[in-house]
Amino acid sequence: MAAIGGGAEGVPLMADNVWIIGAAMTKFGRYPEQDVVDLASGAALDAMTDAGATIHDMNVMAVGSQFEMFTLGQRIQKQIGQTGIACYNVSNACATGASAVRTVIMAIKAGEADMGLAIGAEQMGKAGLLGNAGQARDKKNVFEPDGRYGNVMPVEGVIGTGVMPGVFAQAGMAYAAENDGVGFEQFAKIAEKNHKHSSLNPLAQYQKIFSLDEIMGSPMQAYPNTLLMCCPTGDGAAAVVLVSEKKLKTLDPDVRKRAVKISASVMTSDPWVEEGQVQPDVNTLTRLAADQAYEESGVDPGDLDLVELHDCFATAELIHYDNLRLCEPGGAGDFIDSGAPMRDGKTPVNVSGGLISKGHPIGATGAANIYEVATHLRGEAGDRQIPDAKVGLTHVIGLGSACSVHILEKQAV
Amino acid sequence: MGRQVPIVDYLVIDDGAPYLDANACEECGALYFDRRNACAKCGKTAFGKKKLADRGKVASYTIVHRAAPNIKVPYVSAIVHLDGGGDVKTNVVNVEPEPEHVQLNMPVRMTTFVAGVDDDGTEAVAFGFEPEGSTA
Repeated sequence: MAAIGGGAEGVPLMADNVWIIGAAMTKFGRYPEQDVVDLASGAALDAMTDAGATIHDMNVMAVGSQFEMFTLGQRIQKQIGQTGIACYNVSNACATGASAVRTVIMAIKAGEADMGLAIGAEQMGKAGLLGNAGQARDKKNVFEPDGRYGNVMPVEGVIGTGVMPGVFAQAGMAYAAENDGVGFEQFAKIAEKNHKHSSLNPLAQYQKIFSLDEIMGSPMQAYPNTLLMCCPTGDGAAAVVLVSEKKLKTLDPDVRKRAVKISASVMTSDPWVEEGQVQPDVNTLTRLAADQAYEESGVDPGDLDLVELHDCFATAELIHYDNLRLCEPGGAGDFIDSGAPMRDGKTPVNVSGGLISKGHPIGATGAANIYEVATHLRGEAGDRQIPDAKVGLTHVIGLGSACSVHILEKQAV
Repeated sequence: MGRQVPIVDYLVIDDGAPYLDANACEECGALYFDRRNACAKCGKTAFGKKKLADRGKVASYTIVHRAAPNIKVPYVSAIVHLDGGGDVKTNVVNVEPEPEHVQLNMPVRMTTFVAGVDDDGTEAVAFGFEPEGSTA
């Protein structure tokens, strides 16, 4: 293979590598006194300071928010600096933040920019259950077929569920139907792990340890997901500053030595599968993304020092062990039973606390997990640091679906 | 009994036994309950109809305990693999909504019930699946 990036001067052999030089996130939680522009601007300013850069160094910007899409990036610019650069507002459900990061990566790889700012932000407050719950009608109720299924009335709870705890419960139970050794207790152990991990993360929305009994005994939402196995809604933002490798080589040594290489950046959507027509299929596109990312980076799943994956519900984390090739095929139950994804295990998963306890402000999540892995690779994760971490993987899924996987590596440049 | 309409247009309740009717791609046979502009599997635009089996097995389920106030809980939601092809999302009815009563891969059969009545007295008929052998 030809040399990737950094080719002879004036001879662009392949797209340049992209590196992270700044990363920041707000603590996730609830910020009734701030708006989403405040949260995003705070993370952006912190990320640029972390990079030793200012808005005047950026030649591209991308901002992700699921619920606040309308020119949010431009409204942020009015707080952090209006310099006339290209600004993209992106939305991709729970993969929104990763989509913003990837938008900047693509602009750099295309040669349109050499440094850029990506932000993910969300303000949700206490949003409650997300999904297509039944809507009440206020006019005379006469049954008339409506929409692509010809519904005459709301079907949630009548023809199955489309609300998130149940959708992801069904995704986990489909795995249990096909693989031995997976049940309520395995799913609950995942929540026990992530709550425990979050106790070391000051940026997590919650930092409370729960016993397995407390988790299994907390109010059932959608079997097997109890309340403590579901992520909370919340507010927060995360931002990263990205540069081309060529630009990185011109920067201060203190910036270079903390830089983290993006060895793979992948985005997939759902390929057609039969069961995906009636229930979102979160598996196939994750497998596609993971396989592409491993191939692009040359990293093997066994090389990973830590993984931040999309544990919106405990049932989701378990199936992604298999989808991301962290365990033997069909072996996700054994994987959690063995303690492999614990922070002192073979492949630590969600040492931040994961969405279950760190929180899940939708647009911020996919940028925040990149912040998390980059912070470990820099050796700056404080009490929750995974010792000597060199390689990490991030994964998010936006239901519908969009999946993004990034592989980050600590390397010298 | 008032006039009856199906709750969704892929449930057929005309004469005879009710059944689910899918849009089937004439090229590749892919099945859809909703209207599609083109086949998501092969891209062709011609569709016919396919009557689906009324029996299948529970490929996955959940027992929903928390829902919007107008929805009665707990209830069992499931994905059913139908005999002869096709997947359907459905409630599992005529079963206790407890994990020990709902088995993964258990055989089920379709049934119908009145899910609502509008202000003109028209009844919306919905489908559900019940365990084979259920006498409820």
